[in-house]
Amino acid sequence: MSFVSLMSQLGEGFIATLQVFFLTLLGALPLGLVVAFLRMNHLGFHIGKRKIRPISLITQFYISVMRGTPLMLQLLVVYFAPYYVFGMQLSDTSRFTAVIIAFILNYAAYYAEIYRSGIQGVPKGQYEAAEVLGYTRSQTFFRIIFPQMVKRILPPMTNEIVTLIKDTSLAFAVGFVEMFTVARSISNSQRSLMAFFAAAIIYYVANLLIAWIMGRFEKKLSYYHD
Amino acid sequence: MSIVSLEHIHKSYGDNPVLRDISISVDKGEVVGIIGPSGGGKSTLLRCATLLEHFDSGSLTYDDIVVAKNDAQGKAEYAGKDAIKRAKSKFGLVFQNFNLFSHYTVMRNITEPPQVVQGRSKDEVYAQAKKLISQMGLEGKEDMVPCDLSGGQQQRVAIARALCMNPEILYFDEPTSALDPELTQEVLRVIRGLADQHMTMVIVTHEMNFARDVADRVVFMDGGVIVEEGPAKQVIEHPQKKRTQDFLRTYEG
Repeated sequence: MSFVSLMSQLGEGFIATLQVFFLTLLGALPLGLVVAFLRMNHLGFHIGKRKIRPISLITQFYISVMRGTPLMLQLLVVYFAPYYVFGMQLSDTSRFTAVIIAFILNYAAYYAEIYRSGIQGVPKGQYEAAEVLGYTRSQTFFRIIFPQMVKRILPPMTNEIVTLIKDTSLAFAVGFVEMFTVARSISNSQRSLMAFFAAAIIYYVANLLIAWIMGRFEKKLSYYHD
Repeated sequence: MSIVSLEHIHKSYGDNPVLRDISISVDKGEVVGIIGPSGGGKSTLLRCATLLEHFDSGSLTYDDIVVAKNDAQGKAEYAGKDAIKRAKSKFGLVFQNFNLFSHYTVMRNITEPPQVVQGRSKDEVYAQAKKLISQMGLEGKEDMVPCDLSGGQQQRVAIARALCMNPEILYFDEPTSALDPELTQEVLRVIRGLADQHMTMVIVTHEMNFARDVADRVVFMDGGVIVEEGPAKQVIEHPQKKRTQDFLRTYEG
């Protein structure tokens, strides 16, 4: 197989990879923030001296399951659940849907913990200053806390985003065709490692680009520290 | 007519009482110094007056706004959002650790709160901010961020930020405790200037000479109670109570 046709086949697969990547980010970045808020929620009741916070507890359980079980297993569960539980027929689009849902649910849990560490890292004095000045809770969050949180979470976020690009290869488990699936089938039929090398280079370059972009953000926010 | 009045304030952290029946009020134009050993309840009192903490029982009023008063069971009951918001517009607070918004420039630190909270126009707020910046001796620092300023400069920005909200009373919580002696003087000079303009202020401080010279009235707090209070010179130079005398003796030296 010529290099050009190899790259064009992988390129097609890479478009699917990017679709999973961007849709996951689009869903998991905001959902993670919601999960972080639920996790930090103080609503609850007292039993003796102990405070029970049901919303936070449920969220903590969700996060621990997402982090404590393999993403591939989660993918299979999300993909097959409609069939085994509800007897629904699975189609080609259900592969894609399952991949996106599983990735968003999984990554939102990781992002939530990153957000939480970022939010809790902002000094208490920032909240107090805003409160005394009369900022509302949402003004305090969006104007004072959020921008400072973003600066704090960029390095761990870069890690997770780079991991996401690589994790998209797990979608092969439910037969969703992305770049890794394509590379594997080419490699099988050609009896050569060429396709794997080419795919590796594409993953690597994509992640270099991500790291570079995130580095630019970090630099942009390095004009201050606390 | 007092601007702020706290009456019979009680507050405990768990089983540990920090404020025990504190009553204090401040008149317009008055400068009150609060002195006393650490852990005596001075900061907690300021935090209660600025609504950063709630007290267990007692009452708090700003002008004619009742912020909190005792209910039938003798527990402090706080007013609704609206009254709290109006009360907050009456005071400003300068923190020991400045607490400037670290991602904002000096100018934005001073000009954003009046626009966001009070809905004032940008032009008007900027004009006032420029005056405050020159009054605080911060010309040329407008576009710098807090981390590039000295502690004394940061504290002066914090004072400007509080003043730009046009508060009727300004609280200082140990404003120079985080500063070197040299930087302490520049901040004290600014506060002295405000006193000359008859700004109403309550200053928690360990600077006894400053309290004696600038405050009209000095309150000595220890163990969650007001041990002694009176004209600044009298309390600091001729304290009547033994605890006050013992405390002030540690400052002579």
